[in-house]
Amino acid sequence: MARIGVFICWCGENIGRTVDCPKVAAEAGGFPGVVHAVDYKYMCSDPGQGMIKDAIKEKKLTGVVVAACSPRMHEPTFRRACAEAGLNPFLCEMANIREHCSWVHEEKGDATAKAVQLVRVMVEKVKRNEALFPIKVPVTKRALVIGGGIAGIQAALDIANGGQKVVLVEKEPSIGGHMAQLSETFPTLDCSQCILTPRMVEVAAHPNITLHTYAEVESVSGFIGNFDVKIRLKARSVDIKKCTGCGLCAQKCPQKKIPSEFDEGLGMRTAIYTPFAQAVPNKPVIDRAHCTKFLTGKCGVCQKVCPVGAVDYAQEDTFVEEKIGAIVVATGYRLYDFRNGEKDYGIEGYGEYGYGQYKDVIDGLQFERLASASGPTGGAILRPSDGKAPETVVFIKCVGSRDCAKGLSYCSKICCMYIAKHAMLYKHKVHHGTAYVFYMDIRAGGKNYDEFVRRAIEEDGAVYIRGRVSRIYTRGDKLIVAGADTLLGGAAGGRVEIEADMVVLATAMRPQYGIEALAQKLSIGYDEYGFLTEAHPKLRPVETNTAGIFLAGACQGVKDIPEAVGQASGAAAKVLGLFSSDQLEREPIVARVNQSQCVGCFYCEQVCPYHAIEREEKRDKAGNLIARVAKVNAGLCQGCGACVATCRSNSIDLDGFSEEQVFSEIGGLR
Amino acid sequence: MATGYFPGCSLEGTAAEFDMSIRCLAQALDLELREIDDWNCCGASAAHQTNHLLGLALPARTIALAAAQGLEEIFAPCAACSNRLIAAQAEWLGDAGVRAEVERAIDMALPAAPVPVRNCIDFLLPHIEKIKTAVTRPLAGKKVACYYGCLLVRPPKVLAFDDPENPTSMETVAAATGAEPVAWGFRTECCGAAFAMSSTASVERLCERILVNAKAEGAHMVIVACPLCHANLDMRQPKGMALPVLYLTQLVGLAVGVAPKALGLKKHITPVAAAIA
Repeated sequence: MARIGVFICWCGENIGRTVDCPKVAAEAGGFPGVVHAVDYKYMCSDPGQGMIKDAIKEKKLTGVVVAACSPRMHEPTFRRACAEAGLNPFLCEMANIREHCSWVHEEKGDATAKAVQLVRVMVEKVKRNEALFPIKVPVTKRALVIGGGIAGIQAALDIANGGQKVVLVEKEPSIGGHMAQLSETFPTLDCSQCILTPRMVEVAAHPNITLHTYAEVESVSGFIGNFDVKIRLKARSVDIKKCTGCGLCAQKCPQKKIPSEFDEGLGMRTAIYTPFAQAVPNKPVIDRAHCTKFLTGKCGVCQKVCPVGAVDYAQEDTFVEEKIGAIVVATGYRLYDFRNGEKDYGIEGYGEYGYGQYKDVIDGLQFERLASASGPTGGAILRPSDGKAPETVVFIKCVGSRDCAKGLSYCSKICCMYIAKHAMLYKHKVHHGTAYVFYMDIRAGGKNYDEFVRRAIEEDGAVYIRGRVSRIYTRGDKLIVAGADTLLGGAAGGRVEIEADMVVLATAMRPQYGIEALAQKLSIGYDEYGFLTEAHPKLRPVETNTAGIFLAGACQGVKDIPEAVGQASGAAAKVLGLFSSDQLEREPIVARVNQSQCVGCFYCEQVCPYHAIEREEKRDKAGNLIARVAKVNAGLCQGCGACVATCRSNSIDLDGFSEEQVFSEIGGLR
Repeated sequence: MATGYFPGCSLEGTAAEFDMSIRCLAQALDLELREIDDWNCCGASAAHQTNHLLGLALPARTIALAAAQGLEEIFAPCAACSNRLIAAQAEWLGDAGVRAEVERAIDMALPAAPVPVRNCIDFLLPHIEKIKTAVTRPLAGKKVACYYGCLLVRPPKVLAFDDPENPTSMETVAAATGAEPVAWGFRTECCGAAFAMSSTASVERLCERILVNAKAEGAHMVIVACPLCHANLDMRQPKGMALPVLYLTQLVGLAVGVAPKALGLKKHITPVAAAIA
């Protein structure tokens, strides 16, 4: 005989406001098989869990239904409580009366009636639950980190220093990411390169880190602890083992007018190049799209001058396959393309700011390159059109961000800080110059952040104007920035026009191109903007909804350096936690084949997305083959149920969600 | 396809040359225009600022007439007319109550499907290739500043015509004549519109900004597609500016070989002859 206990949670007011919990408990007490039904304000709290444990022991419960929030939230909590009281955790089920009931209804009577239904359904199910036991799977103790910016570097170093192996994959020829491009960093103005490059070197030298630059993740299969990852090593056209990084090839390359990605188009590079002098690895690649040898077949200078014969034009993409236990995604950000807009996302560019036709209208990363000692001007702030020092610079914040009309409603968060920094750096270098900043709000929430912005205004004299810029046009060699000063009233109506020599746009922070394709490869979620989705916005910010895959840095949402580093260390801690045991426990929600009934059609094999269906041969005692039937590899099965629905001989069932259980649930509805 | 022509009041008065040039150009390009029989005032700023229903009913009557006369689209060259027709139609399309009220006011049935309304640029855009082949007098070397003003592109959600901050459609049409559109900054700035009467000095100031920028960017003439823009820019020029202001249809008309006189070019205050020589 079933002895079911029902526990109704108020979730404070979340459920209690809309659902009459005592009434639900009273009704549930009358359901067949229910021997105990109570309600409590916070069932997930210690006393709440205690009530469940006590009832299991005292009432000898054979099953538990907790009517509370989504099982995504607290199923593990309540199952653990049951296990502690000696009940198999899979005999505990949750009825979701919060997300599926109280949060979406307003009328208390109706909501209460629905909650009663949801509880009854779960009682019917749990009566038919069977004790299940976790499946043990081995853990491959090697982590994959995707992206070699500061977040990826931090995560890789933390995991490696924790004693575990790491494979770091970076799509560019060097690690370092955007941080390597920055001049100085807020709020301390320490040099970005000085704090980053030692870590880059550490990554390259670390015995636990395998570094693949100029490489991309080709495919990912498997599951937590047991991923199979294929990595494409793009053809560098340079044998990285032979190359000494002497740089002679780049010196002699006749193709010298290619806009440098690292310098954001403000400087030029050669066709065979290392992105920047401090690159790691400091080995060049050939940009085949611009190389004369690849375009016309003539040239070959780099091969001739290379003293060690490392240049190899015939090199092709190769692949490496790695067994991986956990993945950290740290693909970072890019800036919104204000020149062309992003039509794929329904976003037009900034025509009113000239669509980038004015050379002296640049974005934040371009300003970083101008201000950087390693930049094309050696750190002098010179405007791109004529190389003169700009007397007046206008900075415009929120270009793309916080603008529903441009399709991006979010705040890019870092711009308030870096624009204050830019204004400061400019004033430190062009003492008599004037820096204007057009802003909507100043958002400087962070340790020493507001003080930093005040310094830019009060000590360095940046002129902050609260308002938007409607238009930029030219008058002679000046850029006329027409906008509004909303704190200025009077006859002028707040209209301001500033004659500027250079304009810097704080364009919105966006996830990297191709993030959606990568997310699909990894089976992880992303939002409408392409930012990767964390498992819980507050309590599980570094995990994804796919077990074993973690997030670090700006791929998850806009972040500055300290936040990215913090999250990276968090992700590394999760990976190290995962690697702390040799075996993982997996939920035993897997399909099971009734082999005596299976007709061997293998439709299940075709629909299984996880390649978990195997073929097994059945033989008689004499060893004659009598049947080929399906078998489920419990290590691979994710319990999706596709095979159950497909099986034409009805020979497959899903543990934990058997047909009997599901039909009983439906039968429980009144 | 029959296009209903809705000249509106301006084209019978101050902008008669806009009307002249449209009729000549339509003939030259072999485009059929049928003037809507018994059309009435669109209401422009006067009606919709006085009484909301009146502001809807006036354009509604003209649209209902056009539909009843079997016209599939309306060409309203005046920017205010096309703007009012589109804006009014948008109001009753999404609201059966408004539709019923407007139908009662005009005592006519409104067409079930929206009747497309085209402004001057929109009317010419589909015929770009035709214009290119019809050009007999290419305007090569003529630098033109295309000026949109406010009503052709705003409000963007209702009109849904071109990029409101950086429209380029007029340039596309102008370029078909061989003329060279200049990049300049005042293409959608305000000309002062009807303030020409009540605050002439403001309009002169606004027009000066526009004209100065056009000239500074090397334009030989300003091209417009709105009678009010034309009136202001043509009449309120500062001393010594002498920058001719032409309707888009006059520019295209010139290129396809229509005589300047037939295009009404002599009717402008700022002389045009030297710029088109």
